[in-house]
Amino acid sequence: MALTLAEKIMSQRAGRPVRSGEFVVLPVDLVMMHDGTGPLTIRQLAAMGFEGPRDPQKVVLCIDHGFPSPRKELSNDHLLLREFAQRTGVRFHEGGSGVCHQIIAEDYACPGQVIVGADSHTCMAGALGAFATGMGSTDVAAAMALGEIWFRVPESVRVEVSGSFPAWVYPKDLILYLAGQLGADGATYQALEFDGPAIRAMDMSGRLTLCNMAVEVGAKAGLVASDAVTRSYLESRGRGDRWCPVEPDDGATYAARITVDAGKLTPMVAGPHRVDRVVPVTELKGTRVHQVFIGSCTNGRVEDLAVAASILRGRRVAPGVRLLVMPASRRVYLESMKSGVLADLVAAGATVSPPGCGPCAGIHLGILGDGEVCLATTNRNFQGRMGNPQAQVFLASPATAAASAVAGVIADPREVMA
Amino acid sequence: MSMDRPVEEDAAAGEWVLEGIAHKFGDDVSTDHIAPGRYQHLRSQLSEMAKHVLEDADPEFASRVRPGDFVVAGRNFGLGSSREHAPTIMKLAGVGAVLAQSVARIFFRNAINVGLPVVICDTSRIQAGDRLRVDLARGVVADLTQGFEVAVMPLPRVMLRVLQDGGLVAHIKRHGRLAL
Repeated sequence: MALTLAEKIMSQRAGRPVRSGEFVVLPVDLVMMHDGTGPLTIRQLAAMGFEGPRDPQKVVLCIDHGFPSPRKELSNDHLLLREFAQRTGVRFHEGGSGVCHQIIAEDYACPGQVIVGADSHTCMAGALGAFATGMGSTDVAAAMALGEIWFRVPESVRVEVSGSFPAWVYPKDLILYLAGQLGADGATYQALEFDGPAIRAMDMSGRLTLCNMAVEVGAKAGLVASDAVTRSYLESRGRGDRWCPVEPDDGATYAARITVDAGKLTPMVAGPHRVDRVVPVTELKGTRVHQVFIGSCTNGRVEDLAVAASILRGRRVAPGVRLLVMPASRRVYLESMKSGVLADLVAAGATVSPPGCGPCAGIHLGILGDGEVCLATTNRNFQGRMGNPQAQVFLASPATAAASAVAGVIADPREVMA
Repeated sequence: MSMDRPVEEDAAAGEWVLEGIAHKFGDDVSTDHIAPGRYQHLRSQLSEMAKHVLEDADPEFASRVRPGDFVVAGRNFGLGSSREHAPTIMKLAGVGAVLAQSVARIFFRNAINVGLPVVICDTSRIQAGDRLRVDLARGVVADLTQGFEVAVMPLPRVMLRVLQDGGLVAHIKRHGRLAL
């Protein structure tokens, strides 16, 4: 029986072969929550009659959405989380450590695991060959209490990417292109499985960007096979011994197959207020921007900040534009500091904020004014997403963001760097 | 007492026929529209947050909705964030059920888990203000104003079990495990 990646991981954890469409209860290897969803998760766990998680070592709790706290209500939520962490011994990451998904990638996720998190972008860990998906607080509380949760084994869409990316075109442009093609519900209840020569050649940072945005087309997971790139990433993070190969079988059944030639991609931009309203940057060139945000779990990694710095080095952020940079984790922050990337960005006029989720989710830092436009490297541009329903958010790669910060209008990085 | 209802569903019978007024929404209403991030500080005061329910899709909705009313939407309702606060504040605001052409995956699970029925059906002919009767056991939505009926896509058995128990917390309290 030939299995997709999703079927393969789920079969392994189920201890029997399972096929798409089946409902299964699977043991979970890792459960994640943060300060946005954690307080409700903890209350639901108590309401179910449990004092703590079945296995605190499998629970990761991060403060990232409202840190440093802008309001006493959020500070009080943080108190509740710290008390819970202290009492139960779950793996706690204090504010400033980074965005939960980046922490999961850096410190926890391993190939073949089943991971659930109380955040929709939990699917990012699929880049490491884990079946990772977002759920709500009550499902996550159940997974914490019982050590297992139910799933419907998804059908998979195979995205086969050939060729190599042209200069100034990135995995972010690929996933925006796919969002435009598939639509915001184009893969609902399904798994997106990325493969092909361009994916095998892609670094972990790019794979994480792809899998992060699988949920933006409705998918429950984004998956990449566990290969040599996965192995060297895990080795670099001290988890080399946890590597194992996870590959889809030849002849597996897919709900659909999509082929993309990376060589034909161009920088893409999603316009307000839809992630699937995607056009080549050339069609939006000249649109005035007031704020540019480079960061988030989607595109706040060392590689992303380095690309931005390569454009901003020796240039200045245009007058009338605020450039906000937010490393995805403390590790990214430190590494980018040591390499000089942050110095280049600050010298060009950027404001660097502590690692977290605030601007992307409209909670704090970088809230837009009425009628303002932000170009962001984040994953969502729904109305009100960055804190103001009267503002507009465009989504693009760090290169397009940096080029636009220099130009003061949406700009094509290929032209700015020509 | 109605005789056409299976006996084992009697315990929940009162919950299985809902009646209320339709409030219409379009396609792709996200959880950011339902529970905007700028109210994150109210996540531990959900009845306060419920005063802003669906604010970015219809600023008047929270003041207009009456207990038992229905949110009637197009495709892909509830896309985006996993915030369970979205279906929870809809329920707190009195919404009796969500009717939509399709719903996003995490919202679907969350709504059922908090005991907010999700009714997947053809909503295209339902108009704002129509009086609807939703029969969850029979799987039929009747538009009493216009006088037509539409069939409902049945819920997967696991979700039906959770909904029948009154949500996932009640389900686990009752069974001590996932009894699906």
